[in-house]
Amino acid sequence: MLLQVEDLFVNYGVIQAVKGVSFNVNEGEIVSLIGANGAGKSTILHTISGIMRPKSGRILYNGKEIQKEKSQKIVSGGISQVPEGRHIFAGLSVLENLQMGAFLRKDKSQLKKDYDNVFERFPVLQERKNQDAATLSGGEQQMLAMGRALMAAPKLLLLDEPSMGLAPIFINEIFDIIESIKKQGTTVLLIEQNAAKALSIADRGYVLSVGKIVLSGTGQELLNNAEVKKAYLGG
Amino acid sequence: MQILQQLINGLSLGSIYALLALGYTMVYGIIKLINFAHGDVYMLGAFWGYYMINTFHVGFWTALILSMIFCAIIGVIVEFLAYRPLRDSPRIVVLITAIGVSFLLENGMSYLFSSSPRDFPQAMVMHRYHLGSLSISNVQVLILVTSIVLMILLQLIIKRTRMGKAMRAVSVDPEAAQLIGINVDHTISFTFALGSALAGAAGVMIGLYYNSIDPLMGMTPGIKAFVAAVLGGIGLIPGAALGGFVIGLVETAVQAMGFSAFRDAAVYGILIVILIIRPAGILGKTTREKV
Ligand SMILES: Nc1ncnc2c1ncn2[C@@H]1O[C@H](COP(=O)(O)OP(=O)(O)O)[C@@H](O)[C@H]1O
Ligand SMILES: [Mg+2]
Repeated sequence: MLLQVEDLFVNYGVIQAVKGVSFNVNEGEIVSLIGANGAGKSTILHTISGIMRPKSGRILYNGKEIQKEKSQKIVSGGISQVPEGRHIFAGLSVLENLQMGAFLRKDKSQLKKDYDNVFERFPVLQERKNQDAATLSGGEQQMLAMGRALMAAPKLLLLDEPSMGLAPIFINEIFDIIESIKKQGTTVLLIEQNAAKALSIADRGYVLSVGKIVLSGTGQELLNNAEVKKAYLGG
Repeated sequence: MQILQQLINGLSLGSIYALLALGYTMVYGIIKLINFAHGDVYMLGAFWGYYMINTFHVGFWTALILSMIFCAIIGVIVEFLAYRPLRDSPRIVVLITAIGVSFLLENGMSYLFSSSPRDFPQAMVMHRYHLGSLSISNVQVLILVTSIVLMILLQLIIKRTRMGKAMRAVSVDPEAAQLIGINVDHTISFTFALGSALAGAAGVMIGLYYNSIDPLMGMTPGIKAFVAAVLGGIGLIPGAALGGFVIGLVETAVQAMGFSAFRDAAVYGILIVILIIRPAGILGKTTREKV
C-alpha cells in the first residue's frame, strides 16, 4: 500500500473537521474521495501534505509514519498537491511557477524531460511560458497548478477539486489528463464534488460525510449505489 | 542650478531610504510584518563598520561588505528568536514584539557603548567637486552609485535565482509554496538576510556621510523608510525604491525652501495623505481572483 490513513482526527480549534477517517491508496490507482462541501476533504489532504497536524491517528506512506513530518520532507518523499482553488503564484511567470514545483529536485538530468513532459501534456503552458501566471484563464491556471505539482515528480499526486469552477469543456479535459497521469505511473488521490466524473475514472472511491467515511467501494459500485445516486449524483 | 543641487542631495539621501525601505517591504511581503527593528539593524551595521575600520583598519569597501554580512546574520537571528516562535500568532502580537526588539537593540547598544554620538572614521576622504555653483561630494556619488548597484543586484537575485523566486512564491501564497516543497522557514530567513544586508550597507554609508553614529540613529530613518515603503506600495519592491527616492527628494526640497523644522513633519504628512487617498501606495493595485 502506498498510502494508509488510519483513524485520523483533525480539529480546527474546537471544531472537529475529520472524525476518525481511515482509507488507503494502492500504487497505480486513482482513488476518489467524494463528499459535500465542508465534509472535511481538504482538511484530510492538508494533513497528508503536512501543513496541518492531526489530533490523533496515523498516516503511513510506504509503510512509514509521516503525520509529523515537515511539508518539504513529504514533497521530497514523493507526495505533491494541487490545492483547491489552484493557488498558482501570481506575479511569477508560467515557467517560474513550474520551476517552483521543481524546487526540491536534485536529479537535474531528469528535470529537462519532465519540463518537456509537462509542456507536451499542457501545450498552452508552453505557449504562455513567459506570461504572468495570473493572466491565464481559470482552466489554464488549473493546468498550471497540475503541471507545477507534477514538476515535483510525485509518486502520489493529491488533487483537491480540480474541476471546481471550470467550464464543461475544461472539466472533460482535466479528467482525461488525470487518467493519463495515472497511465504514466503516478498514483492519484482525487477529491471532488463532481462525484459522477470522479467515480467514473476511479479504481476505488470513498464517500465522506461530516468528517467520517460512510461508504466505500470500486468506482463503479459507488456510481451504482442508490445512496450515492441520491445524495451526490442528483437522483 | 539650485534645483539641480537639491536634486543631487535628495537622491543621495533618498537612496539610503530606498535601501532601508526595501528591507521593510520584503519582510512585509513575506510575513506581513512591519519590522520596526529594521532601523536598528541599520544602526548595528554602522557600528560594525565603525569597529571594523577603527579596530581592524579595514578599508571602506571591506567594512561595507563585512557590515552587510554581519547585518544579514543579525536579521536571521532576530527573525529566528523573536518572530518565528510567533508565526501563528495574531499580527499585532508580532508587531509589538518587533517594537520590543527595537527597544532592546537601541537600549542594549546605549548601555554597552554609551548613547553619545561618536565620529565615524573617515575611511574615505571626502572631496567636494564644484561645477559652477553646483557642489557634489565623492561620498554622495558613492552612496548613490552603490545603492543603485545594490538595488540592481537585489533585483537580479529576486528575479533570477531559485531562492529569489521562492521568496516571491512564498510572498504570494505560502501555503501553496509548502504544498510543492518550498521550505518556507528558509525562505523567510533568506528574506531577512537580504533586507538586513541592505540596511547594513546603508548604515555604513550614512556613517561616512554624516560622520556620526549613535545607538538611536536608526529611529528616524527607520520610520521614514517605512513611510517610503508604504508610499511606494508596501510589499512591492520597485515601490520601495521609488518611495525612498521620493521621500529623500521631498525632505531635501522642504529643507531647501527654508522649512528645515518641518522636514520630518512633511514626511509624516505624506504618510497621512497616502493612507487617505491611495492606501495601496503609488504602485499598488488591488487584484482580483480569477475563476
Ligand atoms: N481554517 C478553518 N478554521 C475553522 N474551521 C475550518 C477551517 N477550514 C475548514 N474548516 C471547517 O472544517 C470542516 C471541513 O472543511 P474542509 O476540509 O475544507 O471541507 P471540504 O474540503 O470537504 O469542503 C468544515 O466544517 C469547515 O467549516
Ligand atoms: Mg475543500
